[in-house]
Amino acid sequence: MINNSINKIIPFLKNSPSASSQILVRYQSAAAAAPPKQKKTTFGGLKDEDRIFTNLYGRHDWKLKGAMSRGDWYKTKEILLKGSDWIINEVKASGLRGRGGAGFPSGLKWSFMNKPSDGRPKYLVINADEGEPGTCKDREIMRHDPHKLVEGCLIAGRAMGARAAYIYIRGEFYNESSNMQAAINEAYKAGLIGKNACGTGYDFDVYMHRGAGAYICGEETALIESLEGKQGKPRLKPPFPADIGLFGCPTTVTNVETVAVAPTICRRGGSWFASFGRERNSGTKLFNISGHVNNPCTVEEEMSIPLKELIERHAGGVIGGWDNLLAIIPGGSSVPLIPKKTCEEVLMDFDSLVQAQTGLGTAAIIVMNKQTDVVKAIARLSLFYKHESCGQCTPCREGTVWLTKMMDRFVEGKARIDEIDMIWELSKQIEGHTICALGDAAAWPVQGLIRHFRPELERRIKEFHATHKGHVLDKLAKYAN
Amino acid sequence: MNKLIINSSKKLLSSSLNKNILKSQTALLSNVVPDNRIEVFVDDKPVLVQPGVTVLQACAEAGVEIPRFCYHERLAIAGNCRMCLVEIERTPKPVASCAMPVMKGMKIKTDSPVTRKAREGVMEFMLVNHPLDCPVCDQGGECDLQDQAMAFGSDRSRFTDNLFSGKRATEDKNLGPLVKTSMNRCIHCTRCVRFASEVAGVDDLGTTGRGNDMQIGTYVEKLLASEVSGNVIDLCPVGALTSKPYAFTARPWELRKISSIDVLDALGSNIVVQHRAGDVMRILPRLNEDINEEWLDDKARFSYDGLRRQRLVTPMVRGHDGLLKPCEWDDAFYAIADKLSRASGSQIAALAGGLADAESLVALKDLMNRLGSENVFVEESFPGQASGTDLRSNYVANSGITNLEQADLVLLVGTNPRYEAPLYNTRIRKSLVHNELKVALIGSQVNLSYEYDYLGDSAQILEDLLNGKHEYSKFLAKAKKPLIVLGSAALQRKDGDALLNLATRLSEKLRTQNGCPNDWRVFNVLHRWASQVAALDIGYRSGIEQIKAQKPKILYLLGADEDLVSRVDGDDTFIIYQGHHGDRGAEIADVVLPGAAYTEKSATYVNTEGRAQQASFVVAPPGKAKEDWQILRALSDVLGNPLPYDDLDALRKRMGEVSPTLTSYDKIESASFLPLSVSLSQKVKPALSKEPIRAWQTELGDFYMTNPISRASLTMARCVQSFKKTNEPVKQTQANANP
Repeated sequence: MINNSINKIIPFLKNSPSASSQILVRYQSAAAAAPPKQKKTTFGGLKDEDRIFTNLYGRHDWKLKGAMSRGDWYKTKEILLKGSDWIINEVKASGLRGRGGAGFPSGLKWSFMNKPSDGRPKYLVINADEGEPGTCKDREIMRHDPHKLVEGCLIAGRAMGARAAYIYIRGEFYNESSNMQAAINEAYKAGLIGKNACGTGYDFDVYMHRGAGAYICGEETALIESLEGKQGKPRLKPPFPADIGLFGCPTTVTNVETVAVAPTICRRGGSWFASFGRERNSGTKLFNISGHVNNPCTVEEEMSIPLKELIERHAGGVIGGWDNLLAIIPGGSSVPLIPKKTCEEVLMDFDSLVQAQTGLGTAAIIVMNKQTDVVKAIARLSLFYKHESCGQCTPCREGTVWLTKMMDRFVEGKARIDEIDMIWELSKQIEGHTICALGDAAAWPVQGLIRHFRPELERRIKEFHATHKGHVLDKLAKYAN
Repeated sequence: MNKLIINSSKKLLSSSLNKNILKSQTALLSNVVPDNRIEVFVDDKPVLVQPGVTVLQACAEAGVEIPRFCYHERLAIAGNCRMCLVEIERTPKPVASCAMPVMKGMKIKTDSPVTRKAREGVMEFMLVNHPLDCPVCDQGGECDLQDQAMAFGSDRSRFTDNLFSGKRATEDKNLGPLVKTSMNRCIHCTRCVRFASEVAGVDDLGTTGRGNDMQIGTYVEKLLASEVSGNVIDLCPVGALTSKPYAFTARPWELRKISSIDVLDALGSNIVVQHRAGDVMRILPRLNEDINEEWLDDKARFSYDGLRRQRLVTPMVRGHDGLLKPCEWDDAFYAIADKLSRASGSQIAALAGGLADAESLVALKDLMNRLGSENVFVEESFPGQASGTDLRSNYVANSGITNLEQADLVLLVGTNPRYEAPLYNTRIRKSLVHNELKVALIGSQVNLSYEYDYLGDSAQILEDLLNGKHEYSKFLAKAKKPLIVLGSAALQRKDGDALLNLATRLSEKLRTQNGCPNDWRVFNVLHRWASQVAALDIGYRSGIEQIKAQKPKILYLLGADEDLVSRVDGDDTFIIYQGHHGDRGAEIADVVLPGAAYTEKSATYVNTEGRAQQASFVVAPPGKAKEDWQILRALSDVLGNPLPYDDLDALRKRMGEVSPTLTSYDKIESASFLPLSVSLSQKVKPALSKEPIRAWQTELGDFYMTNPISRASLTMARCVQSFKKTNEPVKQTQANANP
């Protein structure tokens, strides 16, 4: 989730001196690579025949029969028989990047699992713990197109040689989980998964596990812990799950959408998928548009579609017109907001949003028009992260509370001007100092607010002090610094 | 040219300073061990480390200490305090050095602006909810948070929000009479949780709640039911867990610290006794990798208040009215001399207790010999039918404590190491957790804090194992490094001879047939008393039966308090008791000579491995009490038969004559007479008893009060009380269930 970085492989020695393996080390991509040359210049307006999720709105039958009529499970056996390398190459060629937020190239990630086996089974874990405020794409897949995910599990599982897939689904998704379970049962019954899946001789099981309502369990290692029956607290990395994951075995954790698009990529070819969007940001993507728009919706669109076009075309525009727009959070609650001016130019893909000092995240667009109290909105997000912090490591446990307390004061203006710099510094003290990315996720919205709405914060503070002469904060100011 | 020479000489200098580089050079030269170490750079200084070590360890190799709270080398890595963040070149964010393995060529920066800023930031977060109560906090002066806040923290505070909302408040937990909690101070490092679950093997502690509401605790209020619970006090880097008995009694800087050893079990754990103005204020563990690592059990740590209560402070003689009356030393000695002059050598006997030091044991035996008596006995009996106490390998833990970590199978016979020697047990547990050691037990089915194979409580099992008739024999036969641990409690049985016989024969069989390494010893006796090995070394024998049968005219008790001899009405045995506590021995005595406890004398003790160690003189004995060997020396003077040593040096020389093992301090003399012992034992065929083998102590409540010192301790009494209280309702419901 929530991490605007890409990963790079570097050689790494494991604890035993002899065995060397490859692990991932995250580092900021923006500065590292030169922008690739673009072939296309306009994006958007995805045609119906290019849609992957053809039952996104639940207008058709979601069960096996309906799914098959829409092309699911078509020639799955042939795909499986082409083998793991072929599938991974197709996914690599498609340029698919993880849809959970971090945007790591999926083909590469899956290929890490294809090391020579040491006898341990391998697992595929599907992260269906969709809890990011604003995000509602995976649930649409699971309740209206569950077979896409089941088939995706099988194909992704085959690609990495996994013995089984575990779908960790958010506990609140009751209907979604019952539809998923029904689809899994159907697939077992039809011989599509289980022993000798699709008649290929490959055994593959799919299990579902319902979470208990913790946002942090959407972090991949916390999810694994939770799946193992422990408290959902992120693990230290390294070792990465590809080395030691679920039950101590090599594991890959991927997002629902990433896996669900894999069968279609394999059927229609990686190059087809790669023909959408800008270089390095290819494919189609589910966008969730919520907030102050006339028609909040989840829609599949081409990557790199301009944000403004996306909102105008699919969400019926901003309430009160585009000029009434204040700011947009483009990738779910954890990415920094961008002001109206940036919204006009930015393209909805990984690189463009990183350039705009925010991120694609889960592509959950939260639109805020001018009736929004933007400080209060961000304060509410801080409260969310405070509530969801697992409490394991210091900067996040203490920092999220501190941010929340200060943000609450900023809403009233009950602060000093220099505290704006202080909260910025505090957010920097949290960011990058924690085990998982929740610390970063708590820091970024605050940073976005200060970056773009500092005058608003200052105005409130001045207003407060004008009406509260001799407030204790004034006295404190004398001692500050 | 000149420059070149200077450079190379500089290089030489720096390399000679750096031990590791020097080592690697010698290794390369001799070409014996292939050097697979990798080079990393700590603040641009190259250092060679084993692959797989963490960045923090690499920094330690380079002599740079990284601040930390949650990291502890004997516990699993948690990586949650984030204090150990360091900058590593070419990584985007600071890295938790306690968890990150080194990679070749890594450039670690421990003092860069990024590192310093990260530490300062984390420290600020630690402090934002930490109460500013250092002046009333018992950790003050030895607090990691205090020290590191000074070294790495910011020089000013910006906790404006504390004006409006205050700091976090957390309810204190009641963990029993030993560990005091002040949970507001907790920084959630989870060291205590990890200690309890990993080392102590009790899953009593854990975290509840999430985020800022996370709390360390037992969830439902309960006693921290572990025999090693006190260690969490040492582990806690802040004042959240402190010692309840020590609370508000002293400050660390007021205390004088003296290294010594513990004598309340037979392990001889290393301790630091801290005293102020003649009072022992507390006892802490001292690092000794071969014995107690850095842990200490609760009895050793908290019984010190027993050193101040129930003490014998003056000599006493029983008057005509049957009451003990205080007197001067001379009076007591004359009373003894008067009786001794009327007894022949064979009518005199001595019985030494479990806390007696080797010096007084030697002095007592010499005195008895001079009086013509060979009747020197120990309370804790040891079989003597075959080679018995003649061969040292029969009565020590031959393999030592550290070899528990090498073993692949441990067979415990008639012992519950968890309470008889808690730190022996934590070693077994450590090996079990990390090395997949197998443990089997013959005796009471007790909770050892880990899983083991229970073979039963019949003595017959041992014979079946020896004959290969038991189903567990196949596991024994497969073990490459087996250990047999025979509890000394089992040797108190009537068939002690038979058990020792069988155990030694089984050990020898395993050693010869399983292909053990040449220096591997299988047979171990786990003793219960600190004095036992030294007493057996010196030549004491078991003889309670003999005393009871012969009724000697004069019986000299040296700290014998285990109620094994009693005064019967009309009994005309004249009993002299020399010891430090008014316990069971003094009660039946005609003359009481006040001695010194283990913190009040420079004395030698030999632990169950056969390792001689010295306890130190920390505080003076109370009142008129004297060091024990001096009492015996003075008595010998009065008897007109002075012992030939006037000071400790001379006495220790004499000890060396009696047995060199007594003065080869901190060494284990390996004894390899087991084959001989086995061949001698073939001749006797002692019978096994049908009685089931029982453990001496089966539950935690039994553990706390086992000797005169812990019986006098209020703290230990409180422990027993709270243990009983915790377990009462359980018993009641059980009773209800079975009417």
